[in-house]
Amino acid sequence: MSQAIVDVRGLTVEFSGPPPVRAVGGVDLTLVPGEVLALLGESGSGKSVTLRALMRLLPKRAAIGGTIRVDARDVRQMGAAELSAYRGSTIAMIFQEPGLAFDPVYSVGDQIAEAVVRHEGAAWAQGRRRALELFERVRIPSAARRLDSYPHEMSGGMRQRAMIALALSCKPKVLLADEPTTALDATVQIQILLLLRELQREMGMAVIFVTHDIGVAVEISDRLAVMYGGRIVETGVLRDVVRAPKHPYTRGLLSSTIHSSKNLGGQRGKRLEAIPGAPPRLDSLPQGCTFAPRCGLAIAACREGDIPLVSLAAGHDVRCLRAMEATADVRG
Amino acid sequence: MSAILEASGAAPGRDRGGPAQPLLSVTGLVKHFGGRRDWSGKRRGMVRAVDGVDLEIFKGETLGIVGESGCGKSTTARLVMQIIRPDRGEILFDGEAVGSPALGLQDYRRETQMVFQDSYASLNPRLTVEHTIAFGPWVHGEGRRAAVARAHDLLARVGLAPERFAARYPHELSGGQRQRVNIARALALQPRLLILDEAVSALDKSVEAQVLNLLLDLKAEFGLTYMFISHDLNVVRFMSDRVMVMYLGKAVEVGPSDVILKDPRHPYTTALLASMPSMDPDNRTEEAPLFGDPPNPIDPPPGCRFHTRCKFAAPVCSAREPGLGADLGDDLVHRVACHMADPSSGHPGAVAAMERA
Repeated sequence: MSQAIVDVRGLTVEFSGPPPVRAVGGVDLTLVPGEVLALLGESGSGKSVTLRALMRLLPKRAAIGGTIRVDARDVRQMGAAELSAYRGSTIAMIFQEPGLAFDPVYSVGDQIAEAVVRHEGAAWAQGRRRALELFERVRIPSAARRLDSYPHEMSGGMRQRAMIALALSCKPKVLLADEPTTALDATVQIQILLLLRELQREMGMAVIFVTHDIGVAVEISDRLAVMYGGRIVETGVLRDVVRAPKHPYTRGLLSSTIHSSKNLGGQRGKRLEAIPGAPPRLDSLPQGCTFAPRCGLAIAACREGDIPLVSLAAGHDVRCLRAMEATADVRG
Repeated sequence: MSAILEASGAAPGRDRGGPAQPLLSVTGLVKHFGGRRDWSGKRRGMVRAVDGVDLEIFKGETLGIVGESGCGKSTTARLVMQIIRPDRGEILFDGEAVGSPALGLQDYRRETQMVFQDSYASLNPRLTVEHTIAFGPWVHGEGRRAAVARAHDLLARVGLAPERFAARYPHELSGGQRQRVNIARALALQPRLLILDEAVSALDKSVEAQVLNLLLDLKAEFGLTYMFISHDLNVVRFMSDRVMVMYLGKAVEVGPSDVILKDPRHPYTTALLASMPSMDPDNRTEEAPLFGDPPNPIDPPPGCRFHTRCKFAAPVCSAREPGLGADLGDDLVHRVACHMADPSSGHPGAVAAMERA
């Protein structure tokens, strides 16, 4: 196995109160070059905060613990100048709302050129040339003309393409994607997912893709990490986790998602197997397993102490004391 | 307490036309926004949000409406609810024209209620949950105590224990709980038709499933009819008996959910189905079914509005607009607005399509 490009150990993020909120409570992540990891979770699971910690984009009131190493450098120790060089050239990020990520008063082409000039010391004309190349690469129609568009003049899908072009302008080794397709229409979402998959393969980038939609995770990722209450509760190769989920939360999430399978006719009118209750409040997380209050298999031991992440098979880890029982009742 | 609900009359007592008459029947619905009149008095640059939509919802069924942003599905809901006035078109509720002397707006709003996507924005932040729900019945002439008693009963029915939740304010609730309050409020006047406009779209998946289950239960319990609007085809298919697919202010295909799913006849419906992310890691989507974004509903393309993105587009598609054709099936009403489904249209694909059917 090649050297990890992203190596996160025991990441914790706590926002000072009142009341103090522990958004991330001990996350370990490793990513090798060229790998796509999907972080799957619901709102408040800590997935976006984890991503922002990797970019050092969290506000000052967030206390960060643990180690974050990207490309063999300690991200937490970086000074302002190093951080500025790190963002963009080593690691780049795309967001859910491209309309908010762009500066509204500059043309999109100029914003890409600026990034190239700033990071690579290139001439302005060279930066504009790179912007044009990138626009063609992300397949924006009539690219040369579109470079001079302002963000508000573009449609949602095109803005997202432009943001991908901006993120890739300095050939980052790691791309962080924070729900980049959530605000898009279905027919546009699939185009963007396929584009990202293609660019990732061509450029050999490592990608961490945050989403709440299992379908999107299936389309994009090699490996899946399911987050709940600020921790990874299950991680493994995509196929293993989707086909044979071990954690009761993952299993509940899969059974409560309406699949686009062809036998849906039989599903209609029948009740969905919903997970009872609501996700925990981060300012008052339960002791022990954060999922225990909603879990049908919870026993007394689930409500105390720290539940370890246990490896069940090669590369398939689960944070559940009852993982064996949870899978025992699977038919087939 | 549930006696209050039963005593004031459930749906069957108010049924006028019998089961064969659609509960809601809409013809020629049109709504254009904005635009300016030029020198000749013609309006230009307007958004053709809804541009001639016909629909029927039968008693006790769920009609799903699906489409991308800008297709007019939410405007259709607002027009049906009479939150905004249509430019043209007729809305019949159980045979009576809405707004006519026989069925005034206040009476109509007792029969039809709506749940919105944004559960927070649609609640008054300064009213407690019980007052929010009791407000409608009180305005419609019910006594205060009876209205509050009904609110408590409804809270219990949507899965919120009244003793814990009645006195809370919206900001003290989670998104799923707020949406339950919105549903309870919509039911407070015992409507027969409930319009659900992206009612579960903002919820987390695990909570979405709970609310969908609740909607199924309430429909059975109160004999409701739903108009279920969503951009998520999977959810629409799960909830609906019939589905209407909209594109740029027009209905392009309407039919029973199973038929639309197994044998979509409009190229847009096919593309929409193929755009749903695959749930099979070994069988991912390899090619995007459509390129580009939906066009702007200001000055939509002439002829068939989908022809700019359709791979089957022929000259006839940009020249002439296809209407929702006759029934394609034997006994089920499956209609599609595509020249390929009409052998007399002159579209080269029309003959092949007929042979297939």
